[in-house]
Amino acid sequence: MLAWTIYISFLGALALFFLPSRRAAWARIVALLTTLVTFAITLTAFIQHRTGEMLTVVNVPWIPSLGISFNLKADGISLTLLLLTGIIGVCGVLFSWNIEQRIKEFFGFYLVLIGAVYGVFLSYDLFLLFVFYEIVVIPKYFLIAIWGSTRREYAAMKLVLYSFIGSAMVLVGLLAAYVLAGSKSMALGYLAGYAYPLHFQMWAFPLVFVGFGILAGLWPFHTWAPTGHVAAPTAASMLLAGVVMKLGAYGCLRVAMTLFPLGMSPWGFHVVGLGSWRDVFAVLAVIGILYGALVALVQKDFKFVIGYSSISHMGFILLGLMTLNQIGISGAVVQMVSHGILAGLLFAVVGRMVYSRTHTRDLPALGPMHLNKVIPFAAVTFVIAGMASMGLPGFSGFVAELMIVVGVWRSYPSLIVFVGIGLVAGVAYIWRAMQQAFFAGADTESTEPLPPLPPISFPERIGAAILICASVVVGTFPQLFLNVIHPALESPLFQGLRKGGW
Amino acid sequence: MITFPWITTLTMVPVVGAIVLLALGGRNKVLVRWIALAFSLVALILTLVLWHKFNTVADGFQFQELHTWIPSLNAEYRVGIDGLGLLMLLLTSIVVPIGMLASWQIQQRVPLYFSLVLLLQSCLFGTFTALNFFHWFIFWELSLIPAFFLIKLWGGSKSAKAAMQFLIYTMVGSIAMLMSFLAIYLATKTFDFTELAHLAQSGQLMPAVVGKLGWHLFTPEHTAMVIFLGAFLGFAVKVPLIPFHTWLPSAYSEAPTGTTILLTGAMSKMGLYGFLRILLPLFGVQMQQVLTPLLWLAVATVILSAYAALAQTDLKRIFAYSSINHLGYCMLGIFAVVKFTGGDTALTAQKFAAMNGVFLQMFNHGLTAATMFWFVAMLEKRTGGLRGLNDFGGLRKVVPVFTGLMGIVLFSSLGLPGLNGFIGEFLIFKGALPLVTWATALSAIGLLITAIFILGILQRVFYGPLGEKWVHLPDLTIGERLTLVPAIGLMFALGLYPQLILGVVNHTAIQMALNLRNF
Amino acid sequence: MNVTNYGQLLGLAWPEIIVTVTALLVVAADLTFFRKSRIRIRFAAAAAIGSIGCAVAILKLLLASTQATVLDGVLVANPLTHLVQIALLTLTIVTLLLSVDSTFTEHVSEFVLLLLLATVGMMFLVGSQDLLVIFISLELLSLSLYILAGFDKRSPRSSEAALKYFLFGGMSAAFMLFGFSLLYGFSNSTSLTHIASAIHGQPLSPLLIIAIVMTVIGFGFKVAAAPFHFWAPDVYQGAPLPSAAFIASGSKVASFFIFFQVLVLGFAGAEGSATLFHFQSGWVPVLVVVAVVSMLLGNLVAIVQSSLRRLLAYSAVAHAGYMLLAYVTHTQQSLAALLYYVATYSLATLGVLGVLAVTEKQLGNDKISDLAGLSRRAPFISFCLAIFLLSLAGIPPLSGFFAKFLLFTAVLAASPGSKLLLWLVIVAIAMSAVSLFYYLRVLKSVYVADPAAEISEIRSPILVQVVVGLLAGGVVLLGCAPDLLLAQILKVIHASGL
Repeated sequence: MLAWTIYISFLGALALFFLPSRRAAWARIVALLTTLVTFAITLTAFIQHRTGEMLTVVNVPWIPSLGISFNLKADGISLTLLLLTGIIGVCGVLFSWNIEQRIKEFFGFYLVLIGAVYGVFLSYDLFLLFVFYEIVVIPKYFLIAIWGSTRREYAAMKLVLYSFIGSAMVLVGLLAAYVLAGSKSMALGYLAGYAYPLHFQMWAFPLVFVGFGILAGLWPFHTWAPTGHVAAPTAASMLLAGVVMKLGAYGCLRVAMTLFPLGMSPWGFHVVGLGSWRDVFAVLAVIGILYGALVALVQKDFKFVIGYSSISHMGFILLGLMTLNQIGISGAVVQMVSHGILAGLLFAVVGRMVYSRTHTRDLPALGPMHLNKVIPFAAVTFVIAGMASMGLPGFSGFVAELMIVVGVWRSYPSLIVFVGIGLVAGVAYIWRAMQQAFFAGADTESTEPLPPLPPISFPERIGAAILICASVVVGTFPQLFLNVIHPALESPLFQGLRKGGW
Repeated sequence: MITFPWITTLTMVPVVGAIVLLALGGRNKVLVRWIALAFSLVALILTLVLWHKFNTVADGFQFQELHTWIPSLNAEYRVGIDGLGLLMLLLTSIVVPIGMLASWQIQQRVPLYFSLVLLLQSCLFGTFTALNFFHWFIFWELSLIPAFFLIKLWGGSKSAKAAMQFLIYTMVGSIAMLMSFLAIYLATKTFDFTELAHLAQSGQLMPAVVGKLGWHLFTPEHTAMVIFLGAFLGFAVKVPLIPFHTWLPSAYSEAPTGTTILLTGAMSKMGLYGFLRILLPLFGVQMQQVLTPLLWLAVATVILSAYAALAQTDLKRIFAYSSINHLGYCMLGIFAVVKFTGGDTALTAQKFAAMNGVFLQMFNHGLTAATMFWFVAMLEKRTGGLRGLNDFGGLRKVVPVFTGLMGIVLFSSLGLPGLNGFIGEFLIFKGALPLVTWATALSAIGLLITAIFILGILQRVFYGPLGEKWVHLPDLTIGERLTLVPAIGLMFALGLYPQLILGVVNHTAIQMALNLRNF
Repeated sequence: MNVTNYGQLLGLAWPEIIVTVTALLVVAADLTFFRKSRIRIRFAAAAAIGSIGCAVAILKLLLASTQATVLDGVLVANPLTHLVQIALLTLTIVTLLLSVDSTFTEHVSEFVLLLLLATVGMMFLVGSQDLLVIFISLELLSLSLYILAGFDKRSPRSSEAALKYFLFGGMSAAFMLFGFSLLYGFSNSTSLTHIASAIHGQPLSPLLIIAIVMTVIGFGFKVAAAPFHFWAPDVYQGAPLPSAAFIASGSKVASFFIFFQVLVLGFAGAEGSATLFHFQSGWVPVLVVVAVVSMLLGNLVAIVQSSLRRLLAYSAVAHAGYMLLAYVTHTQQSLAALLYYVATYSLATLGVLGVLAVTEKQLGNDKISDLAGLSRRAPFISFCLAIFLLSLAGIPPLSGFFAKFLLFTAVLAASPGSKLLLWLVIVAIAMSAVSLFYYLRVLKSVYVADPAAEISEIRSPILVQVVVGLLAGGVVLLGCAPDLLLAQILKVIHASGL
């Protein structure tokens, strides 16, 4: 049934294509229904499939001459991320309710994007995975370039080129792996089970990891992300930060690390203290954490703060992956969910609730608007989202970061100080932004009337409520997710990773 | 055995109250205030019920609740109280209504204010009852949020900066502590305080952590020390210990006075509670290793904060520094107890005394400081926010009742025998002097300076020539007097009959001191 | 063997004969029946007759499943050549249909005649393994194309394009002929197989190297590989649209195929090797250089183009570079990949030119910036344009992506672990990432930019819409279900035993 998430999303997009122009406003309904149905499917699957082991959804030959099949499988990790996609998908539509310009196309691209994301998370055949991975790129471009704001065309092009270069690197690695394994099958399990020679893995691993890592905001290849997030319309930012960046991280874990586990083994020599690709990426991840947080601390554009915060949080995910122990990796997966929800929420507040009302994202300009009094709902939502995002206990961010940090203690105790600084900087930038945006004008008891802004609409409230609830659920009952993530990590697919001490 | 979940109920009562208030909205401010007060009184009654049902001689924790929560992380929901926890619950339950009464005149966003207060109370309850690091930390951190907004939104003109400073300082400490605990968790796979304490007492904890980390940059001792310092930082900032205190004066003085009451009365105890509940059992060895610096910190806290208080002219800042000073005594007592853990039985009694003194001092300071800020609040209400030392003079002529009652509280703070402040400080000094003579002796200077600035306040505010402005200053109303009576009555009661509290906490204090012997 | 069976020859040449006859029929019909009719009707009639003729030829090819070689490869018929010929005829039909709405000339029948004669040339070209026939049919094709390129006599650009094409083409023919003559001198035969056996086992003589280089240069002109591509931008831009479409699709398919045949059959044994430590002269190193130069130059120069047609021309250079990789490995699998690639590439290019057929007529030129806001003025053809361009860029699930995938897989699989091949593939993949940039620039104009002041809906003729729609459908279908074509190609390659 999970396969229908893909089909329904694409069918929804098709339906929008044929929607008569005078009924364009129905596009919202169509999009909402589509995303709701897919969300329901992912939720049902998540609830039903509690063991977290590999579940075959569809497996039919597709291109038999190359051993490529239409092979969809889901295990605990993909189920978790599918559920995330479902949630973000619905909320993205809710937060785009105010789109008036070229509405059919907007939701058309949106649904294609969602469908492709579902596809990536479900694909077991790497060719299929790559196909969906690439499909993601194009709607992103148009969503940003057409409906975006600040330097949208530049940002969209930059984003697409970065993504495409990343996927080119992935393609090279996959092709080489496929050919080397005898060109028989592109199934992940088959390729992961093939014993590639060490020297091959040594170059293929970094290639594919960086390829996926570009989309995951790996420093120093992250520069597309802040500009892209900032320029994107709200729903696209939500999807971009919420799920698309997760595609990269998912690819790193699911493809790069399972296919080429030996690529992470020591080189046998040290360069400035780094003894393996794993060390290199761990250090890059930490730099990303710090860099993202510190740059977010000095931004004047509200959305840039959130954009850079994504870099920082994605750094945690990559660092969690590089710990190569169960708690660190499962923490990374939980962080994917957590950051997906929270980045979505933060972008929703900044992009939809604030920017589309005030038409400015300049923090000093927002201050005097008394936003906490004019749109208190936005303020409260941002406070909650911010708290969750900075890792306040009780919300999703805390559990995830906690698990990652435990993993880091185990694998890279020397990096822990930097991680700690990153966490503190995370607190600082969120609260700085919050103060400046919402509470900066609070101490002047002026009698002048507050600027009238449209009130927060019903869809926005629902969307925010869903995301907050999701974050709290993840934060208080991470077991729900860990129950399916752990068996997935124990499956034969991750065999290679477990060798190096779990 | 299914028993009534007393503690969870107690923790949830303020949360329910907060939700009710928010749902009610801001139309009827009076109703909101009363409902808030009612909820805090319900919590007080529940605490008193617990106080009544508490078995004062039993070992270990009572009213325990245990539920699995996140099995993968071995995080359980485990709550329970011993004498210390109960004492803190009681203190919180008393301080919160005082804080509410002191904020009665707040006009802006009333429901939000009181619901934040109730949320803060819930977090405090949670912190004082949690026996598992995981959710203890949740409450510990969450308490910052209501506190932050109470300072920020209702505070003075510089509140934004103060609130931010408060938050960042505390967060830095918390994150350092979290890091340390995660290292411990990595080695032990448990978050449970009791289990960790057992491991520590059997001497397995730190070797396990050090072994698991394999941190080649440091020797095992140093690694253990780094872990300890991380945790120490978290609590030291919260208490605060000089030099980690710089957030406190501005936070206390910028916060609305009702909030300051909560901060000083209850929240400052979170740090001390952490020292007693977590650092002492887990890091006894490390604390001993760096005892001398720690003692210097305690002494510095006592003396420097008193000096700082001397230099202030803002009543709230004076009391803020005085607050640091009082907590410094507690730190002194705790560090003194740590010093001797061996078999020197001659000193055992002193340790018990010091420990009891710390407990008592925590409660007393909470009560006294809360009441004192309450008076400041009442003064501010009458003077329209003026609270400078030099703004007043001769007030005793126009507000005799106010002067008299505040005098009592000031003397309690000064440590006058017969009032509650005396007995705690006395026990601490009595216990600590034989244990750490030099530090205790130095700390006595703090007592002296305290006396000077307290008397100075009396002199400059209530005596001398009466300022023109204050001729028509109204005295305390009947209602105010009535609400003050229980608090001041309690001060007298504790001063004259400390057994009221000692009877409850003594067993716990002895247990804690005894557990330190097994290193 | 010495007894030439002309009957058999005739039998094998039936499809070509049909097309030739059709060409004559078109002229006859136009001159007799439709003389006074409007141009549109004349074009429609001519295209209809031409299409029917081609369709009949296709039918004939489908039915003729024989495998035969006459006169030492003067004419070869096997499933593979049949398949390629079918593809060529299909592309011709599409070109004919696209030309229906043209207004650039009054000499309708001549235009269609030339088109069909060029088709005949292509069909003979792919169905031969003899240098002489190859050269003659290539000339038949080329001469037709020169005229076709200059058919719009009102446009100086068209004439310029034709002239340029003619000069370059003539030169390339000279080069090729020189190369062929050397080969003949070397092996005393014009049959590819004989040449191969003459070369085989001998060290490469300088003469042979010259022959190889000359041949590569000659064919390099035909397939517009860099640095022999100079005619392409001008011809793409200046030629009347149906001519450009034909040059960009049909002639490409035929040239690529026969180029492969000549190299693999004719120069078997003279491959050489281009790996760094085992360098050996032969045609592989030459092609490696040509391929890399084409990929780099085509993609990088395409970035700065402002005319869509010129952009297509440079992208054609780039695609030629990718396709030449298949020659470097020259396995069966590479041939399959090459055929798949060139087929899908032709579909997409034809599609783009089909869209241009609509827009140019109304916008007056093919400037990318003038396409601004097209998506709101003509949503359907814009959508199709997006499909074609994305397919060219290699975005899944469109056929262009699968073609690239197949090609690169085939290249790598030829010798797994080869560093050279890996680097070639890396360059190719990197360059296709670059190509996305310029394709997206077009789409940006179409979808993102706002249209100029007057927003009139662009009317596109139904026929063109249908053709473009079918092409787009084909591009999507072949991308989603590549096995439809791939299995066929693999089957015929095996059956032909190449």
